[in-house]
Amino acid sequence: MLSDESQDQILKKTVLHSTHVESNAKMVSFGGWDMPVQYANGIIAEINAVRNVAGIFDVSHMGRLEFEGEGAESFLSTFLSANLPVLKIGRGKYNFICNEDGGIIDDAMVYRTDDQSFLLVINAGNAEVDMEWINPLIAKSTGFSMNVVTNETAMIAIQGPKAVEIIDGLSNGEASNIRRFRIGSATVAGISATLARTGYTGEDGFEVIVSADQGKKLWNVLREAGAIESGLGARDVLRLEAGLPLHGNDLSTEINPFEAGFGRFAYFEAPNSIAGAALKRLSETEASRALVGFKMIGRGIPRSGLNIHEYNLGNVDESNLIGVVTSGTHSPTLDGGIGMGYVEQKHSATGTKIIIDVRGRPVEAEIVDMPFYKRS
Amino acid sequence: MYPDDLKYSKEHEWVRMNGNIAEIGVTVFAQESLGDVVFVDLPDVGRDVAQFAKFGEIESVKAVSDLFSPVGGKIVEVNAAATDSPEVVNEEPYGTGWLIKVELADASQLHDLMDSATYQATLE
Repeated sequence: MLSDESQDQILKKTVLHSTHVESNAKMVSFGGWDMPVQYANGIIAEINAVRNVAGIFDVSHMGRLEFEGEGAESFLSTFLSANLPVLKIGRGKYNFICNEDGGIIDDAMVYRTDDQSFLLVINAGNAEVDMEWINPLIAKSTGFSMNVVTNETAMIAIQGPKAVEIIDGLSNGEASNIRRFRIGSATVAGISATLARTGYTGEDGFEVIVSADQGKKLWNVLREAGAIESGLGARDVLRLEAGLPLHGNDLSTEINPFEAGFGRFAYFEAPNSIAGAALKRLSETEASRALVGFKMIGRGIPRSGLNIHEYNLGNVDESNLIGVVTSGTHSPTLDGGIGMGYVEQKHSATGTKIIIDVRGRPVEAEIVDMPFYKRS
Repeated sequence: MYPDDLKYSKEHEWVRMNGNIAEIGVTVFAQESLGDVVFVDLPDVGRDVAQFAKFGEIESVKAVSDLFSPVGGKIVEVNAAATDSPEVVNEEPYGTGWLIKVELADASQLHDLMDSATYQATLE
């Protein structure tokens, strides 16, 4: 009934690795790292904890790069799709690293931490590809330094309705001065920390960056304060419920930000932007496909790779194939199957009935607006 | 964890015999490996299933797995509780979380299955 995936690759470990193992987490390979997919109480309990109280996630595997200097803004503008000249100190912006054709190499968060200082957070699984893209550009630019701080820091996300209260309680109320999508510094339980009020769950909360040697201490302090340790399994469901895309599933180099519905995060007017011309052209043409969210009506759970067909009462075959599922799961919060996928533009309107081919079983679904879940 | 009165398959299903009726479910090892079970798809009553053939699917939050029948025969009952409330498979895999009952076609098929001690040895 079950098969083991062989793992020949030597996996990297975050500074919290032994803490996860001691907590009896199930560990899996993710983006080249050995990461907790769930802890003892299971994915559903973790999801409920994040939606109702607060959960903590080890996100130390995500790439963290610091850029500093008078040329940093200009350099970052060559490969990021954020309008950096208007990004004020202490603010963050979701954006993309796109190639010359506008295809998405990675999605990222960029923060301006000071006048001439930036923090860039990239996906763990794309870190190597991103660096291969960025490194040749460095040779052509001047006036800045780049420092990869992934290994010398730990990053812990605390997310949920009690997250801000917990961090406030550990920082003399300093944390809540940092508003949504902003970044600042605070002392949390005696540990000097950088706090970004962002996340990947649809809940309020922080992503807390501390020096690597303080990672375990922070994790334990947050657990003692009532946050529930949560793994990648819960994180994947939470982000899907919140309508947030996952690179590798919903975004790739074969997809551009406009067909993904994220054109508002694809600024293309930076004069030195590598992807600028392509993104401008894509912004002016209607995409042939669109990323949509859908809810299952019939019994079944959508999964990545399943085909999407036009709603009909006849056969499910090539003639009525209109798209493919890129993410899908059972949502405990909504108590049903939900998914995201690309469908032909003309079939992408909200309310459109579709058929998901669940391994030979046609199951009815309906296109709905995302997010599936919005915090109250 | 692995009751002595059951027979086990290498695919991590169990069989409990009552006369010539085989009650079938998944083992503790299977439900723990899967994690939270959120969907169970079972066949219609009256269908025949061959020994070791697929009879349904079980899904956790993360993954889909096929269910294989440890014995062959006619499916005489399916557990609506498992399809309506899949968490019973985690909670009581040998009790209310059973999946199907099969009218055993050939009793000698039971010899192809393992006893509790042999099955547990395969898990180590």
